This record gives sequence, structure tokens and C-alpha cells, in this order.
Amino acid sequence: MGNVVALASMLEGRQVWRGRAAHAPSGDQPTGWPALDAALPSGGWPEASLTEILLPADGVGELKLLLPTLARCTRAGRAVVVVAPPYVPYAPGWEARGVVMSRVDIVNADPRDALWAAEQCLRSGSCAAVLAWPTHADDRALRRLQVAADTGKALAFVFRDRRHAAQASPAALRLELETQPALQVLVRKCRGGNAPSRPVPLSANGP
Amino acid sequence: MLWACVLLPHLALDGVLRRRPSCDAPLALVSGSAQARTLFAVNTPARAAGLYRGQRLSAAQALLSQFETVEYDPAATEHWHRLLAAWAYRYSSDVVLFPHAIVLEVSKSLGLFGPWPRFEAQLREDLTALGFRHRIALAPGAQAAYVLAGIHDGLAVMTPDALQRALAPIALRYARLPADAGTALPAMGIRNLGQLLRLPRDGLQCRFGAPLLAYLDRLSGAAPELMEAYRPPDTFDLRMEWTHEIEHVEALMFPLRRLIGDLATYLAGRDGGVQRFVLELEHRSASPTRVVVGLLAAEREAALLFECTRGRLDRQQLPQPVVAMRVIARELPPFVPAGRDLFDTRPAHAMPLDQLRERLRARLGERAIQHLRRTIDPRPEYAQTTTDNTHLPEASEASLHSQATAIIPRPTWLLDRPIPLHGPSPTILAGPERLETGWWDGGDLRRDYYVVRTSQGQCAWVFCPPGEPGRWMLHGWFA
Repeated sequence: MGNVVALASMLEGRQVWRGRAAHAPSGDQPTGWPALDAALPSGGWPEASLTEILLPADGVGELKLLLPTLARCTRAGRAVVVVAPPYVPYAPGWEARGVVMSRVDIVNADPRDALWAAEQCLRSGSCAAVLAWPTHADDRALRRLQVAADTGKALAFVFRDRRHAAQASPAALRLELETQPALQVLVRKCRGGNAPSRPVPLSANGP
Repeated sequence: MLWACVLLPHLALDGVLRRRPSCDAPLALVSGSAQARTLFAVNTPARAAGLYRGQRLSAAQALLSQFETVEYDPAATEHWHRLLAAWAYRYSSDVVLFPHAIVLEVSKSLGLFGPWPRFEAQLREDLTALGFRHRIALAPGAQAAYVLAGIHDGLAVMTPDALQRALAPIALRYARLPADAGTALPAMGIRNLGQLLRLPRDGLQCRFGAPLLAYLDRLSGAAPELMEAYRPPDTFDLRMEWTHEIEHVEALMFPLRRLIGDLATYLAGRDGGVQRFVLELEHRSASPTRVVVGLLAAEREAALLFECTRGRLDRQQLPQPVVAMRVIARELPPFVPAGRDLFDTRPAHAMPLDQLRERLRARLGERAIQHLRRTIDPRPEYAQTTTDNTHLPEASEASLHSQATAIIPRPTWLLDRPIPLHGPSPTILAGPERLETGWWDGGDLRRDYYVVRTSQGQCAWVFCPPGEPGRWMLHGWFA
């Protein structure tokens, strides 16, 4: 026998794999969808992190997924920034879901500046959530957003096409929306736990 | 009454030096006619080389081969004097301009900024940041404070008795006596103010006239002082020029920071803000380049104003090198500080939301940030307006509640203009809802709106002319 090594020091040095990741502390950023909250390891959106939402097409229900969160943030008096949305947000529809539109800033920017604007908003620390539609974002751009979200303690949501699913992503949470047979969310990756194997259905009438 | 005197012994020179990043090179202010040029003021490196005020320029050039000369400009000096008065106005409402000095009444301000040592330190810190050398003294009278500041930097005399003791040993040539008294009295054997104050008044009046007695009364506090109080101007207009030409925008940043800092100082003194100001870059032979800086709300913080100006200046192309820069602010609305929650949950280093918006607008354009507001118009195209105003009235709880229970479905995305819906015919989920309105402004429309599900699974908001289902026009998504 060689040197005797204390087990605790090896555990601390992460030299021993224990088979199960440490339980992520449950955050207080519920998605507003109880079924989805139950499926996610942190009990909601990962705090101060990037969430990537993969879509088969525009308008399949990506806002339906987010509007409960935006309503919660704006009603608490926090600001939400929507950077270069693909369509015009329609205030009557948003307000019907409880969003306070006076707290929603819509930033018009061309694709080149949109990533910069999103990063500035995330980094500022004064926004609760930032929504962005990066068209040419690569791995590095997304990592920048992730770091900015961590710096500013904000929720970052990035919407991308489903074909990007095969690429690796630095996002803490990757969701894919599916419309067949009904609207459901497939968790592709979630930090702090194993992704649930089954898709989480979203009911058509809201949470 | 307690008066603080801020004596500015190097006002003209500091006004020139403060627009330069460093001051290691010898520099002299020059005045006088073309035949008899003399040095008006010299900076420390120049003085170390043997130059002094009042020296002939030719003599100075014989002593030192390389030094920079700047024409002494009395108007610019006056400008700095007024700017510092505007700065002092934030500490007191009674500010008086003396030659090369500013006197402010501080007894009422001590409750807020005091006690005096702390207040004095605050004044000195501000002046050092603004780049002006100074001497400060405190006395029960304005004239006395002015005299004491010339004698002893940092002297604070609180009571009239102490003032008498402090004035007594002052030599007459430092007492700023009116007219010829300052030269005649020492010749008569009167050396200091104490001796002068003990002389019989009748004799003094016969010999020197009433002005000297009136001056002595004001100095010792026996007579009230009548002075013209400084009133801050209603517009801000400050110009800075260089002897050399600046070609790059980056090189403009240091003087710009000074100018904006002066603007912020002035605004703080007026307790106002600025929402729109113009930066003019003057060229040698072309008309000035104007950079208009418009803000969402009245602001007055130097860092924020500087960043907004820099963002706009970065995008500017300079047609020619810049020889002077000018900041003009005419509209000065009242400044309303943004309230912040005591138990703010945001991170400690958070940038205020207004500052973030200004930063985005500086790079993305004036209309980059918009808010949506619902109108009462039932037509989808007119049901919301965009507004640049960030300070919207809060939606009342009642209106939110009525919205939450609305049964008419409304999409969350709207297309800029309706487009034909192609592909296999969709499944109708709800409808029709007829919108037939708009007769009052010519924007008549007659449409049946349906909620449909497309073959891809999207929920769409489509319409068709009444009675012709099938010619679907896509107008929104229930995303």
C-alpha cells in the first residue's frame, strides 16, 4: 500500500465520481407551468442563466411558454426586454396573459447589433428577463450571453430553429417545442440533473 | 452670517491647463500688445525654468527655448469664474463674485453639508476634481473672508471677536484697501490693520475720504455689506478651444469629459437636468459639426451624459480636424431623481434601467427602444401604438383584471401586414369574429377573423372577407 489518502479530500478534489450529481438547489423562478416545474431539476428556470428554446417554426407556442414568467416579472415591477422580435408583439394578447406592457422594452436592432444589445441588457443587472432571436449566433456568442446573464443575474431566453439541436450549446437549459401530437416541451439538456425522458405536455388553455 | 471665500489665484492659467491631459511641459499665458508682449501667468515647470509673471516675452524666450504660449483671454477667465459661481450655487443660495474669488454664505448650508471641516473638505475635493487651484477661508463677513483667504489658506474664523484678532496683524498691502490708502498709509507709519482700525475716524475721513471708512466698517462687520448676488444663467453655453488641431474622435474624449463634467456641475447647482443639448465641433474652414444629444428623460449625472455623448460622437465622421468644441444646452427641465427601492433585489453593481436605455439608444438610434400601449381602436392594425416615452402611466389593476377575463381571443404576435396563408387548408378552432369598422378615418375594413390550426401545428389568427371562407389572410400567431 502506498500513501493513505483521505476519502474526503478525494471527494473534495472531485477525483471520485459518485454516480449522481449533487442536487441543484431549487430556485425561485417558476415557469408558471406546474408540469414543467416538476420536470426541471431546479423547479423552474435555471437562475441567472441562458435558456435556449428550439422551435420547429415561428408561432408554435414559444410565447405561451414564457408569458406566465413575463407576467410574474412585470407585475413585480421588473423590466423585461425583447430584443429584435421576429414579429410585432401584440399588446392585447400579451395583456390578456397578465403582462404589464409598460415594463416591456422592445429594442429594434438589426441582427448584427441584436446580440450586442441583448448582452448589454443582460449585463446591466436591471432587467429580469431578456428575450432574443439570434439568427447567426454561434457557440461563442451564446456563451457570451450565458456569462452576461450570470453577471447581471437575469433570465436569458434565446429562440432558435430546431435544426440547431444537434450543435452543442452552452445554455443551462435547452427546451424543444413539439407540436405533434399536441404542444409539448422536450427537455434536451438541463444543468443539475438528468433530462426527463418524456416530453412535458403544455395544455392548450394555459397553465 | 458666515461667509466662505474661495480664492482662485491661478484662475486664468487653470482654465487653460484643465483642458490638457498633462501639464509637464512649460506653458505661459501671454498678454499685451504685439510690441510689448509680457507673460501673464506661467505654470510650475515654466517657473522652475526661471519664467515669471510680468516678464517680457523676448526675455522669457532667451531663458527657455521651448515653451508653449497661449494668448490670455479675459473673456474665458470670466467664463470660468461664472462656471465656478454656478458650482458654488449648489452649496449656497448667496453667492457673490469677487475679483478672482467667489464668496458664499454658508451658515445656512452647514446643517446639510457641515460641520465646517467636512464642508471645507467637500469644497476642496470638488475644486480639485474641476481642476482649479484654490485657497479657502471662513469669516463672519464676506469682505473679511476675502482678505483672510489671501493671507492664510484654510483659516476659519467663526466669531466677530476672533475676527478682530485675526485682522489686526494683517499688513496693509494685503488688506485690499481702496484706492491710494494702501500705499499712503504705510508711508505714514501705519503697518497693519490693527493700527489702522484704532486711528480716529474723523482724521481718516479728512485724509482719505468716506470710501476707506466704509470699507473698514464692512471689513470689521460694523456696517452691512451690500453685494450683488450671483444668479445662475438660464442656459448653458461653454466653449473650449485648442491651439492645435484634433483629428481623431478619441482625442476629443478628454476635453469632452471636462465639458460634460462642467455641464453636470452647472446642472447640479441649478438642481435641474438636461434632456437635449448640442455639441458643436468647430473646424478651421467648414461649418461646425453639430451632434445633437437627446435623452429620454432629464438627466444630470456626468458619467451618464458623457457616455451618451460619446456613443453619438463615435458614429460621427469628422470632415476636418477640430479646433474648438462647444456645448449648448437651452432646455433645462427640472430633474426628477429616479426612486429606488430600499430593499432592491437587483445586484449591487446594477446599471440603472434609464442608463441602459440611453446606452442602447446611443448606438442603435434614437427610436431603438419602444413601448407598446393598447388603444381603444378595435382594428388590429390600430389596436396598439408605439411610444418612445419610458414613463408610462401604470396600468390600473382594474383594467388588468378586465383583460384577464376577456374572452375574445387575441394573438401574441402580429404581422406587420397580413399575408396570404398558403399550404393545406387549416382546421378552424374558433370564429368567426366579424370586425366591421373604421368608417371615421377612411380605414374601413370588413373582415371575419378565425383562429385556425395550421398543418405545422401553429395557432394562427387569420381573416377572410365575409362570406368567402377559404381565402385566408394570415395576420397573427397565437405563439
